[in-house]
Amino acid sequence: MITAGIDMGSATIKAVILKDGKVLAQNIIDTGREKEKLAKEALDGALKKAKLSLSDVEHIGVTGVGYKIIPFADKQVTVVGADAKGALYLFPSVRTVIDIGAEEGRAIKCTPDGRIVDFAINEKCAAGAGSFTESMSRAIELSVQEFAKVSLESTQSIPLNAQCAVFAESEVVGLIHAKTSKADIARAVHDGISARISAMARTVGLGKDVLLIGGMARNVGLVASLNKDLELEVMIPKEPEFIGAIGAALSAAE
Amino acid sequence: MLANYGYKDGSGEYFITIDTEKCNGCGACIEPCPEHCFQIGSDENDPLRDEPVAAVVPGQRQKLKYLCMPCKPAGRAVNKLPCEEACTPGAISHSWYHVLQR
Amino acid sequence: MTTGTEKRKEKKVEYWKWPESRSTTPGIDWTKASIITCGIDVGSVSSQAVIMTDGKLFAYSSRRTGYNSPESARNALNWALEGTGMKPEDIHYTVGTGYGRVNVPFAQRAITEIACHARGANYLYGPSVRTILDVGGQDCKVIRCDERGKVETFLMNDKCAAGTGRGMEIIADLLSVPVQDIGRLSFEVDEEPPPVSSTCTIFAKAEATGLLESGWPLNRVLAAYCRAMAHRIGELILRAGVAKDFAMTGGMAKNEGVVKRLAKELNIDILPPSFDTQIAGAVGAALFAKVLAEKEQKK
Ligand code: SF4
Ligand code: SF4
Repeated sequence: MITAGIDMGSATIKAVILKDGKVLAQNIIDTGREKEKLAKEALDGALKKAKLSLSDVEHIGVTGVGYKIIPFADKQVTVVGADAKGALYLFPSVRTVIDIGAEEGRAIKCTPDGRIVDFAINEKCAAGAGSFTESMSRAIELSVQEFAKVSLESTQSIPLNAQCAVFAESEVVGLIHAKTSKADIARAVHDGISARISAMARTVGLGKDVLLIGGMARNVGLVASLNKDLELEVMIPKEPEFIGAIGAALSAAE
Repeated sequence: MLANYGYKDGSGEYFITIDTEKCNGCGACIEPCPEHCFQIGSDENDPLRDEPVAAVVPGQRQKLKYLCMPCKPAGRAVNKLPCEEACTPGAISHSWYHVLQR
Repeated sequence: MTTGTEKRKEKKVEYWKWPESRSTTPGIDWTKASIITCGIDVGSVSSQAVIMTDGKLFAYSSRRTGYNSPESARNALNWALEGTGMKPEDIHYTVGTGYGRVNVPFAQRAITEIACHARGANYLYGPSVRTILDVGGQDCKVIRCDERGKVETFLMNDKCAAGTGRGMEIIADLLSVPVQDIGRLSFEVDEEPPPVSSTCTIFAKAEATGLLESGWPLNRVLAAYCRAMAHRIGELILRAGVAKDFAMTGGMAKNEGVVKRLAKELNIDILPPSFDTQIAGAVGAALFAKVLAEKEQKK
């Protein structure tokens, strides 16, 4: 059976095509105003890569923040549900899933059969999500990738007191004036996000295997801060953005 | 006075309210709070009051959502929070509870 | 009371800052006063000094806060005293308030903005005031008080930039519109647009950029932003509860784009600001200074 999963993220839209549970193709595009059209575009891109057409797909599952408005999908899955399903499918030993996207952070605790025990969410506040690094990297004139990497070269940890991405920016400007190195500033930012994310992860409970997914899993600086805070090494899938979409496609198959 | 300590940000409202009329300054709330959220001292919002009163520690006020998370798990039932329970005059209340919403 | 507002010369255009001002109440001979007190409010954006003679407003100033709080406090005081002949030594008691209140070296006591704003608004607007909304550069406070200016309920939000002056500055900077023009421009629209949907300033800024790109005229974007700001502040007020009379202090009180929309949202009249609204905290501090000085004298 061929199913598709679409994950309507706040910054990007992901689509995957599954055949009997195996990933045939995946596609990611930037989001924009016309969600429905873009969802279709993301799906068409994935279908093209899989050399299939829409009529080959039996079921379409959709998840993400704007998931309600996609009329051509026949199954809607919550983000938490899709994350857990996708994560457990690829990594059966995982009990705690952390998902950090552009605008949200989530921590989910689940049982071996995919039942969700507890979860915590931060959404709609940039301070606990990826957008925070984006605006901070702009403040110190580095690309997001450079910002992530330079964080690893930090020699000292400085606390960032502001709990708001806007106020943190003024604080960072102060640090620049005080001649703090870019590495230490980047680390301070990643430590700040990590503190909030790990508070959520600890609240839901840390299993032996913790999986980090979402676009921010590619940020090596944040990963380093998280590992330190959680005192373990998080597992990261090769393509961490697509787990939610895979979960949605799996749900559609049921 | 109803002293609301905390904040509202894009994600929601997180306030701990201390009713200074009810608070007798006993300090029973300090110990049971795992995140050290409370302190006792002179009422900084009423310079003419002489009796000590409880307040949320300034450094913690901007982090309450995360600090109180372990006391408010989604999946498990919690009757009363440690701080609320410890306060015999009933001066402490929270504006938010972690509810299971899917 | 006449307010001779002098605008200081700007070197560089900074779109997001309010002009500075100072004033002296004419007809008061301070040398005859039996008690002279001072209130200093060191805020994140501006600092105010208020001088009171026997509990009456004598002079005040409002200036930018510099990087250094003690210096900002001193500068505000010196400017308030300018031309009055009064010297800092003539002041009997000084109370510091505001976010930099513990950094006022010449103050005998520091008192929170909450207490000072209630007291100050009670003086400036009269005893009928029950709700005070203060939206400053980095925070938003809602205070409910009784007829003596004593606080009954308060809440303060200084964690999040949304619904604070900072949130307004960000849009002023983004659109290169002077902050004092935002209110007027935001009403120059054919019809009121829906509010910007994101609360978070970071996301709202991105949303505003998107609206501009999609062809919205600047004024319409400002209207949508002001409306969102009013809604957001309104939500906070409702948590504390709203009662008449309703007064507004702080920099945001001068932004009619937010004030008028807020009044509509809460369905309440907001008292027109008859004084420089930014001085309410410092006025309250100077009044507390009088009470505290008298208490000390009795000892
Ligand atoms: S809920 Fe828990 S962490 Fe929060 S104040 Fe009460 S005791 Fe402290
Ligand atoms: S303005 Fe700051 S605190 Fe408020 S929601 Fe945005 S990042 Fe969070």
